Amino acid sequence: MNKRLFGIAALFKTPDEIIRAAKKTVEAGYQKYDVHSPYPVHGIDRAMKLKPSKLGFITLVFGLTGSALALLLMYWTMSVDYPMIIGGKPFFALPAFIPVTFEVTVLLATLATVIGMITFFFRFPENDHPLHDTEYMKKVSRDHFGVVIEASDKHFDESKVREFLSSLHPISLEEIYYSEKETYPVLEPKFVTFLVVVALVTSGVTYFSLNKLLYMQPFTWMMEQPKLNPQQPSTLFADGFGMRTPVQGTVARGFIPYPYMGQNNPTEVLQNPFLPTKENLKLGEAKYLTFCSPCHGNFGDGDSRLRGQFPNPPSLHSSRAREFSDGMIYHIITNGQNIMPSYASQITREERWAIVNYIRVLQRAKNAKSSDLQVVNKETGNNASN
Amino acid sequence: MHQTDFKYQRKDLPAGFSKFGFAFLLIGLILAVAAFFVDQSRAAFNYLVIYMMIVSIALGSLFLIALEYVAGADWSTPFRRIPEFFAGLIPVLFVLVIPLLLLNHDLFHWAHEEAVKQDKILEGKAPYLNLSFFVIRTLVFIAIWVLFYFLLTRNSRKQDTTKDQTLTSKNIRFSAAFIPLFAITITFTAVDWLMSLEPHWFSTIFGVYYFSGTVIAALAAVTLVVVVLKEKGYFNPWITDDHLYSFGALLFAFVNFWAYIAFSQFMLIWYADLPEETFWYLTRWEGSWVIFSLLLIVIHFVVPYAMLLSQPAKMNPKRLKFISIWLLFAHLFDLFWLIMPNMQPLKKGYVFSWIDLVFPILGIGIVLTIFNFIAKKENLIPVGDPKLKRGINFHL
Repeated sequence: MNKRLFGIAALFKTPDEIIRAAKKTVEAGYQKYDVHSPYPVHGIDRAMKLKPSKLGFITLVFGLTGSALALLLMYWTMSVDYPMIIGGKPFFALPAFIPVTFEVTVLLATLATVIGMITFFFRFPENDHPLHDTEYMKKVSRDHFGVVIEASDKHFDESKVREFLSSLHPISLEEIYYSEKETYPVLEPKFVTFLVVVALVTSGVTYFSLNKLLYMQPFTWMMEQPKLNPQQPSTLFADGFGMRTPVQGTVARGFIPYPYMGQNNPTEVLQNPFLPTKENLKLGEAKYLTFCSPCHGNFGDGDSRLRGQFPNPPSLHSSRAREFSDGMIYHIITNGQNIMPSYASQITREERWAIVNYIRVLQRAKNAKSSDLQVVNKETGNNASN
Repeated sequence: MHQTDFKYQRKDLPAGFSKFGFAFLLIGLILAVAAFFVDQSRAAFNYLVIYMMIVSIALGSLFLIALEYVAGADWSTPFRRIPEFFAGLIPVLFVLVIPLLLLNHDLFHWAHEEAVKQDKILEGKAPYLNLSFFVIRTLVFIAIWVLFYFLLTRNSRKQDTTKDQTLTSKNIRFSAAFIPLFAITITFTAVDWLMSLEPHWFSTIFGVYYFSGTVIAALAAVTLVVVVLKEKGYFNPWITDDHLYSFGALLFAFVNFWAYIAFSQFMLIWYADLPEETFWYLTRWEGSWVIFSLLLIVIHFVVPYAMLLSQPAKMNPKRLKFISIWLLFAHLFDLFWLIMPNMQPLKKGYVFSWIDLVFPILGIGIVLTIFNFIAKKENLIPVGDPKLKRGINFHL
């Protein structure tokens, strides 16, 4: 047997003795030693003269990293890359970001603390300790208190350590050896296979339950409903159509039927319900340029852009056209006239009235009175006498 | 390790306590009276700030005593006398509140009957916010506090000579009765004296907000006195690093608690963005008040948080002394920020006046004088308390 000595352990019966033993061990100058007890003993860290753990720094650094990352993520997504107004708040709405920042800070700090503890302080992947499975460990985790002085200490001398520990009046002394081979090697094929199997099974089960199991009967998530989609046949109605026509006289929401539809020379027309406000005229201009200007020209002169492919319409500035009432122009747009088709389905009611107002502006501009010029001069601040 | 040899010898408090206390009281009183003649309204608001500060320290101390009994804590037993002396300010509140009740017209908009008649909302709140009910409430609350102050401290003092352990169990029962009453009375006190300064505004978390500041103020005051007395040899060797660490940890916890509550109140109002709630914060964003609002975050949270974060900092006596003075100032600053913007001439922004500096002097004078007056007659350590030995042998 060629065992390597890990250290020499001494067992005690009371917490007071272990505190005294820890103090004496420090005084004797040993540095590589440890104390074990079944429960936390108050004051032991002071007796052992332990320095505060360095783990807190890992927590601090990763906590601050978490805050910075969370803020950066929200700043980038919410204020730079895809700015969105939510609840009327600014793009960089700091108060709303603080709870998230707090959560990410705590998350990263705790994860880093646990992982840091395992890697730096438990020396991962080392997963065995010579004290594991010893009689000593069984006792100190039940009703004894123990101190171990390790062989790696620079003052270690077997006989001296034995002498020193005996002077503390322990109930027993014990030599602890390294186990001959690592008990649980991390890279053993069996263990690695076990890890791979666990990973595959876990992810497989997760995938299956989230993507398949949840969509089996009876979990239909309302995807199957006793209703008919458009164009589907029906067995309920005699004609076999799933889509039904509305009841006679049904009017669509927001739609007012035009009463003089189909009359070429109506005796009555509608009154213009819209005032030529700035917004109304802007709308009228936009719609006129889209729908009317290809034939009637940008200014209503009848100069078609269609190069003879379609007959040119008459000018909108003729005295006949100028004497039309607003309602009559509206009627022509809605109903069509001669070869001009009806625009009722392309242009909404409000837009048609806006076009009427805009045409009135075009007509007035071509046939301006001198009083109009005074108004324009006054508004534009142009004082050129004329 | 265990210190079983405990011999307590009574020593008078350092002479500085009475000298400084008396000097501050005298100077503060003269200047305060002068301030009332110069600008009655501003003096009234300033006096309210220090009145609430004294309520914080006194009532918070009584809460700490009750907490020790209810929780069965023994670490705080060796210096429980310090909060008991601070709680001695409670009976004085009966006197201190009189000027405020007389000046209700300067302080409270709802105390103006003609203004209430023109205001639907104030009319609706009148069954609660009216002068007679307000005065009754205030006096009843102070009476409740005084009652429990006498019950708890009388038993504690009797124990010094009789060493009767049943007095501790009696006090535990009194404390258990006091804590719910404390929760109710402090909430209504905060609503009455702080929130009703702006009678149109409401916030349901406001009582908790004041409570968090109260505990910080009382803890900081107790910490300050314990550290100062320990440095002068009064508590040696009974107060160890472990006790100091507990002070630091509790202060740190309540600094976080205050920030949590203050932010919760702010974020909900900011997010909902309802004009009947936001105007209170907008007043504190007006003109130079914005500097106060931003400084409040730094003074009341950022600085104490950073200074108390590490473990050694929590048990360093010098650091604790500095941070407890800092936190006392922070709570005063918090109260100033809560109260002063409600003053009509200051609504558009803060304008400096010497009156603002006078009243803290008066406040320090009152607290020190009363503390010294009570401490002179009593033991500094509850020598008859059954928990004392465990408290002295306290280890983390």
